[in-house]
Amino acid sequence: MEGMKILDTGIAGTLESSDVMITIKKHSGVEIELNSIVEKQFGRQIREVVRQVLEQLGVKDALVVVQDKGALECVLRARLITAVYRSAGLAEVQWEVFA
Amino acid sequence: MMSENRLRRTMLYVPGNNAGMIRDAAIYQSDSIMFDLEDSVSYREKDAARLLVYYSLRTLDFEGIETVVRINGLDTPYGREDIKAMVKARPFAIRLPKTETAQDVLDVETLIAAEEQKNGIPIGTTRMMAAIESPLGVLNAYAIATSSKRLIGIAIGAEDYVTSMKTSRSPDGVELMFARGMLVTAARAAGIGAFDTVYSDLNNEEGLRKEVELIKQLGFDGKSIISPRQIAIVHDVFNPTPKQIANAKMVLQAIEEAKAKGSGVIALNGKMIDKPIVDRAMHTLDLAIASGLIEDARTAMEVSNAR
Repeated sequence: MEGMKILDTGIAGTLESSDVMITIKKHSGVEIELNSIVEKQFGRQIREVVRQVLEQLGVKDALVVVQDKGALECVLRARLITAVYRSAGLAEVQWEVFA
Repeated sequence: MMSENRLRRTMLYVPGNNAGMIRDAAIYQSDSIMFDLEDSVSYREKDAARLLVYYSLRTLDFEGIETVVRINGLDTPYGREDIKAMVKARPFAIRLPKTETAQDVLDVETLIAAEEQKNGIPIGTTRMMAAIESPLGVLNAYAIATSSKRLIGIAIGAEDYVTSMKTSRSPDGVELMFARGMLVTAARAAGIGAFDTVYSDLNNEEGLRKEVELIKQLGFDGKSIISPRQIAIVHDVFNPTPKQIANAKMVLQAIEEAKAKGSGVIALNGKMIDKPIVDRAMHTLDLAIASGLIEDARTAMEVSNAR
């Protein structure tokens, strides 16, 4: 798919247990700020999933702030995609892109 | 695991935007889990819930528990997106809210079929349930129940219905008598399941038990529930008693004996056993097996043999 552009700050998710709050801002290049209760064990994996999803959506410039409360990977993916779509100002998800 | 005739005593509501509740949903062993994209999700979070339920269904193991998603109606800006996402996410069934006519079911079915085709999913894979929540829906119950082969059941949603009826819910449920009777009769005439509405007063366990006894007696298959705390009570009411199980086993034995003798007439204690009695005995044993009251694999086998 054509790359998605971060136009505005987008937020998705909550700070409840088992969830994650993602904040995406305009930025030059990709930068990930991670704050997780399981950073030691899963920090690398969380960053990897974030990079993978951004790549899938063609996002090349974004600051992604991840405030993780022990979210499963599927929750992380869902929240991140929601935040990207919100920040790009798009309402309809291209479902065919997602496995 | 996912069959037409499996037990559906409890269908646990899980708000579609609640990550923690989705993660834990399978722990409590309700018969079905219903992820909700409709009333429990605020307008601002519809996009988030849809993606969360999508990825959860694609990824998590719900341990063989049947999954259902309640979508938003087609009269909202969300219904079509919900269908696109959920057909791909492959829950067992999609539940329509506020169904009033057979056409409502057909409209959703058309969209489901189109998405199935687009995604290479065999047409008809996605099953449907219809919730009836208005006086018009109640009067059209049979037409709704027979509108699509995808339907596994119809459910009554009481809150909107009683408001439209200019009344409110009461402990004995007299205001729902007609709607429940209509719904369960329509479901039985159509050969599909009948599911009762939620019981909202979480702290009133006695009230819940009474309501479940009532709907079981009316012939319902089960009930939507709003908390895992309600599962045990509903299952307990639906469980057959030891006496009923013993009697059902005797019916099966009589069938076996009649078969062995080559006799067409089946009798038990001098009384003829006809088809309704056999059917009831089978249903009792199905319930007993599902609720773990019969651990004997042999009985399970006899039940399937006698069919």
